[in-house]
Amino acid sequence: MTMAAGHTHALYLDRPSVVHRIPPEVKIVAVVVFTVAVVVTPREAFWAFGAFSAMVAMAAAVARVPARWLLTRALIELPFVLLALALPFLGQGERVTWLGLHLSIDGLYGGWNILAKGTLGVLASLLLAATTPVDQIILGLDRLRCPAILTQIATFMLRYLEVLGGEAGRMRVARIARGDDPRFLWQLKGFAAGIGSLFIRAFERGERVYLAMISRGYGGRMPVHWRAEGAATAAQWSVAAVVSAVAAVITTAAFLLPPT
Amino acid sequence: MTGEVSNSASSLVVAETASRPKVPALRLCGVHYAYPDGHVALRGVDLQVAPGERVAVLGPDGAGKTTLVLHLNGILHGGGGTVTVGDLTVDPADRRRLMEIRRRVGIVFQDPDDQLFLSTVAEDVAFGPANLGLRGPELARRVDEALAAVGMSEHRDRPPHHLSFGQRRRVAVATVLAMRPEILVLDEPSSNLDPASRRELAEIIRSLPVTVLMVTHDLPYALELCPRSVIIDEGRIVADGPTADLLADEHLLAEHRLELPLGFDPKLATLQLGAARPRRDP
Repeated sequence: MTMAAGHTHALYLDRPSVVHRIPPEVKIVAVVVFTVAVVVTPREAFWAFGAFSAMVAMAAAVARVPARWLLTRALIELPFVLLALALPFLGQGERVTWLGLHLSIDGLYGGWNILAKGTLGVLASLLLAATTPVDQIILGLDRLRCPAILTQIATFMLRYLEVLGGEAGRMRVARIARGDDPRFLWQLKGFAAGIGSLFIRAFERGERVYLAMISRGYGGRMPVHWRAEGAATAAQWSVAAVVSAVAAVITTAAFLLPPT
Repeated sequence: MTGEVSNSASSLVVAETASRPKVPALRLCGVHYAYPDGHVALRGVDLQVAPGERVAVLGPDGAGKTTLVLHLNGILHGGGGTVTVGDLTVDPADRRRLMEIRRRVGIVFQDPDDQLFLSTVAEDVAFGPANLGLRGPELARRVDEALAAVGMSEHRDRPPHHLSFGQRRRVAVATVLAMRPEILVLDEPSSNLDPASRRELAEIIRSLPVTVLMVTHDLPYALELCPRSVIIDEGRIVADGPTADLLADEHLLAEHRLELPLGFDPKLATLQLGAARPRRDP
């Protein structure tokens, strides 16, 4: 267990770049529009995915996020990649033979579809995470009129995940200190009991936090005073507009041009 | 809740002097409370605190100290008796009055991690006054003022969990000060602090122009900060008097599971405190 790096979470990469300085709501809109464009693009338009990748590469370059950093963290999609790799074997319909393997064409397209779209989506999200601290993301969602209950839950999660992480860590150390052998399956019993008591501690803490909030006049609504400062200007919104426009052009072209 | 000011149990007129205003800052009359599981925590607490006083609430674990604290701003209520803050009696049905009482009584909870829940120090300090309806420059002034009072101004934009425990406790005090309370209630303020943080917090508490009610096991801290103490045990106030006198009474302490640290001599400490600091209380 390490002391977490605050709201500059594990995925945040502190760099002095233009992308880092863009208000969070702009980046969120850009990533969402980009992802939607990627998802609706027909899977046969291979060139379009090349163009989308170029957009990600450009954004990463401007944000000074190294490719290696992005790619190692993109490993999170590995389970989906495995699914994508399985599809050509499991798919129905017409088949081709390649290197002695009997592969389904539909499955090949399906696998490619998941792999390409998934990777692009993950990379775009990682770029957002790398350039925006989590509390800024929540602020951005709030400015985008995301329901307050969701942003509040996210704020609490952000704040107390680390407190609970700390508690879990201390409980683990205490278990080890009493001779628990923390190795794969052997540790499950202690771990499961730990989860139980951690849940109770979280529950009790929730109650104490709530009482402390009530004591400071909380009436069920978060004050909105910090929402207005630093909101995106029209010029900054144009970044989202440009990204969205380029992505939309690529998608439209992919629909209009005949598949290669 | 019945009348505004009950006249039944006003036998505690210890600290009343001619120079003090007539209205006590805080007045509890016959406060009872039992938790839903049947555990009786308070069995008739009577307590009166004059404006500007600093009073320590001492008592063993399970004596009802925390339950008492939660009564002071109306979080717990309904077990009988009255709690009056200045001229306002806690009435759970009157939400506006309850809001004003919560402004007047600032509670600093024992664990700063329970109190600090937002992502920066300044936001957290702004939470209380913003709930009171303050906005813009007035809100900013409150935040600056409260952070300056606890010496944490330069940490305003840091996330609370990056601060040391002592700093977090000071910020927790600031979150309450920003509401400009009349009564500051501190639950175990010295727990888990290293000696330097403990001393710094004492200096801060002493510098604040508010009435202080301090719940603690830390008897030397009580002696250092509070001229008056009350001992609470089994849901009742069993002793009320000058802190130095209570701490000198070995029988009284032993009877209520209170113990001084090894080697601590309250008489000597009182002399040392008197020499180190000219008496400021009139």
